[in-house]
Amino acid sequence: MLEQLDPVLLARIQFGFTVSFHFIFPSFSIGLASYLAVLEGLWLKTGKSVYLDLFRCWLKIFAVVFAMGVVSGIVMSYQFGTNWSVFSTKAGPVIGPLMAYEVLTAFFLEAGFLGVMLFGMSKVGRKLHFTATCMVALGTFISATWIISVNSWMQTPTGFAINARGQFVPAGSWLAIIFNPSFPYRLIHTVIASYLTTSLVVGAVGAWHLLRDRSNPYARKMFSMAMWMAAIVAPVQIFAGDMHGLNTLEHQPAKVMAMEGHFQSHPDGAPLILFGIPNSAEKRIDYAVQIPKASSLILKHGPDAPLAGLDTIPDDREPPVGVIFWSFRIMVGLGFAMLGLGLLSVLARLRGSLYDWPALHRLAIIMGPSGFVAVIAGWITTEVGRQPYTVYGQLLTGVSHSPLAAPAVAASLVAFILVYFSVFGAGVWYLLKLMGQAPHAHESDPPQTPIRSAGITPAHALDGAPVPAGS
Amino acid sequence: MVYNLDLTVIWAFIIAFAVFAYVVMDGFDLGIGIIFPFFAVGRERDQAMNSIAPVWDGNETWLVLGGGGLFAAFPLAYSIILPATYPLMIAMLLGLVFRGVAFEFRWRDPAHRSLWDVAFTAGSIIAAFAQGVTLGALLQGIKVANDAYAGGWLDWLSPFSVLTGVGVVIAYALLGATWLIWKTDGTGQHRAYRLAATLGILMLIAMAVVSAATPYLVFAYWRHWFEMPGVLLTAQVPILVVIASIFYFRSLRARAERLPFLITLCLFLLGFAGLGISIFPYVVPDQVTIWDAAAPEESQLFMLVGTVIIVPIILAYTAWAYWVFRGKVGEHGYH
Ligand code: HDD
Ligand code: HEM
Ligand code: HEM
Repeated sequence: MLEQLDPVLLARIQFGFTVSFHFIFPSFSIGLASYLAVLEGLWLKTGKSVYLDLFRCWLKIFAVVFAMGVVSGIVMSYQFGTNWSVFSTKAGPVIGPLMAYEVLTAFFLEAGFLGVMLFGMSKVGRKLHFTATCMVALGTFISATWIISVNSWMQTPTGFAINARGQFVPAGSWLAIIFNPSFPYRLIHTVIASYLTTSLVVGAVGAWHLLRDRSNPYARKMFSMAMWMAAIVAPVQIFAGDMHGLNTLEHQPAKVMAMEGHFQSHPDGAPLILFGIPNSAEKRIDYAVQIPKASSLILKHGPDAPLAGLDTIPDDREPPVGVIFWSFRIMVGLGFAMLGLGLLSVLARLRGSLYDWPALHRLAIIMGPSGFVAVIAGWITTEVGRQPYTVYGQLLTGVSHSPLAAPAVAASLVAFILVYFSVFGAGVWYLLKLMGQAPHAHESDPPQTPIRSAGITPAHALDGAPVPAGS
Repeated sequence: MVYNLDLTVIWAFIIAFAVFAYVVMDGFDLGIGIIFPFFAVGRERDQAMNSIAPVWDGNETWLVLGGGGLFAAFPLAYSIILPATYPLMIAMLLGLVFRGVAFEFRWRDPAHRSLWDVAFTAGSIIAAFAQGVTLGALLQGIKVANDAYAGGWLDWLSPFSVLTGVGVVIAYALLGATWLIWKTDGTGQHRAYRLAATLGILMLIAMAVVSAATPYLVFAYWRHWFEMPGVLLTAQVPILVVIASIFYFRSLRARAERLPFLITLCLFLLGFAGLGISIFPYVVPDQVTIWDAAAPEESQLFMLVGTVIIVPIILAYTAWAYWVFRGKVGEHGYH
């Protein structure tokens, strides 16, 4: 029975599942690492203990998120070979070196300084510890840069030639490969997405504790910092997304047609379809709610500008419209909701009620996980929109896979699903428990510090930190 | 051409170095996981765990460099070996998932600590065993046609590969035990000494059995061993192994703290060198040479520049991180 399953479809599901799970953690740890560096920096600068306690509180959370990011990431670096071996042989000479650089410049940096960041407060000086925190934050950013470059090259390949064995090989400058046309847009959009995601989580945790005790100084600080971030970054993200879309229109027009739901060409101004149900069989959007000419206005900056539709693309070269249409709307909808939250927080500040407006706090809690949803929706738009290619316009997904046996892929897919849901489910549960504890003075180091678990020396006695006021 | 040839050999050495760094560094991490159940719940286990908590992530990164480096420098080898060992790779990755999260989770959830301890051990054993079986599968030969894997999804399974799997589990456990001798004290250290003695004997048996089985493999490895000029080198390996073993057991008897670990490292190096001599210049024995599998010169050169500059820096800050956490992870924390 297993033999009848399509191994390629299973391999696709497996890749999409493992990478989506993976990306949930980096999108949090990239932002959180920077937030921790800011908190520690502020503590060093001002000497205020509230920053140190917040730092310690979020450091424990970071340790758990980071561990899950690492183990799910290691899975990814082997998925290319196990599931996409033809792709690996062909694209390896171009993207392999970029991924090797990611390991050399980013993963080792993160891992090398992580131990000191988590356990080393009492071992090294404060400045050196702060340096370690900054190195970890820098590492997450460098990692994002390389992997986004790889992914963007698959979307908008440039700077390559094809050799006698059918491999993609660099043709001249590596800069043309690394800085491919969609890379800057995708990098900016993804890194901002991580900052937004983190600020929404921090904001939700702050709001949760404000609802319990609106005088809690830690909750106030967290909430205020997070809401500034959301208010400033959400509009920037929407602007960046718009630029990204224009870039995509230039290089991957079929993807934009699918996002917009344009089955037909519109020679004199295309409508912006807000909602509707894509009907791929009939090639139309049912029950469409649309604004006439608005799509041409956004994409071509003229209401009557002609806009091509999927009817100009051969059927077997079209991405699946249904998925992309929806995932795009989820992302954009959440982006505007985040903007709304940011604006409300500014309003609350002006009214002087940032900490005493329970409705705002409830809204912030509801929006807490929205960053993750938007990020995954964004990646689904990007990746499914690249179909039916793995290297856009060059290499078809249908020929990229390994010589796979359905039973092996099916069994491993089931194993991944069971293990990921149970292990990472437990991890998320622990995270929620950590977030649910109100931050307080004398926040301890992560309890796994060798010193504490050995049970003799209390962390504070060894800690170079100033003893917070009042003790 | 001569130039390109050199680049490929350099890359073969770099990958071999990364794999060796992985094997010894994550080797003692996984080894501690394997022998974890022998330690008493409470202080002994906490000590064992803490002796690697600050460094395990860095150690595991060498695996990513080994795999990523193979992908980049020898894409063809990467795309043949991984599908050929598909279930093993998946098992290893899932094992590493359990092992990795256990470091954090066991502290977060005292009520289920014993559960995460089991996950730590099981994950370590599965990962180590899968790596060992992969080695065996590679040695016994992989079927290749038209630059792709051409066998079935269970071809890797054989008595020989199971044997190498068990061998690697024992070898890692030995590394872990000797590491704990170095890093711990008290009852935990005492237990580590006893384990190290037993595991030392098991390791020698495993080495002997694997060596005895190798000539029965399809590919004539022994030719590499007994032909000039290789024989000048290889003849020394068994002798060195015997000498190292004698020193090993004497160091245990003398209650030396660092020597057992260092001698075990030497044993690993000897074993690794022996393997290298057997396989070179193939990556997939008898099928694909390093030159067949090599990425084009531009790719290898581009990476080489970065590697030459960055790897020394990595080694420097890794050494620094080990230095920060030097000394015993004993009752008084790290001194
Ligand atoms: C935009 C950022 C981003 C994206 C798109 C990806 N990752 Fe990732 N990855 C990170 C950002 C990141 C990170 C922030 O650097 C992580 C998360 C937690 C961590 O330890 O580092 C990480 C960890 C991480 C690790 C473990 C590193 C270690 O040992 O420390 C590996 C092997 C990968 N990733 C590999 C991949 C692959 C093969 C991807 C694509 C298919 C991928 N990542 C997508
Ligand atoms: C190096 C970077 C990446 C490579 C080489 C890559 C490659 C691929 C490949 C080969 C597929 C299967 C093709 C398909 O069936 O759709 C795929 C699907 C997918 N990828 Fe990526 N991807 C990369 C990065 C990412 C990242 C960072 C994400 C973020 C979460 C992501 C999300 C997805 C999703 C959700 C799918 C499933 C889409 C589907 O099944 O159609 N990808 N990717
Ligand atoms: C509201 C306005 C937004 C617009 C107009 C927008 C636009 C886009 C477009 C056009 C793409 C696909 C580009 C391509 O595949 O070539 C994309 C991808 C993506 N979006 Fe958005 N986006 C918006 C909001 C957000 C928000 C709020 C988040 C997350 C917090 C987010 C996260 C992502 C991610 C992670 C990707 C995939 C990576 C990439 O291709 O950049 N987006 N976005």
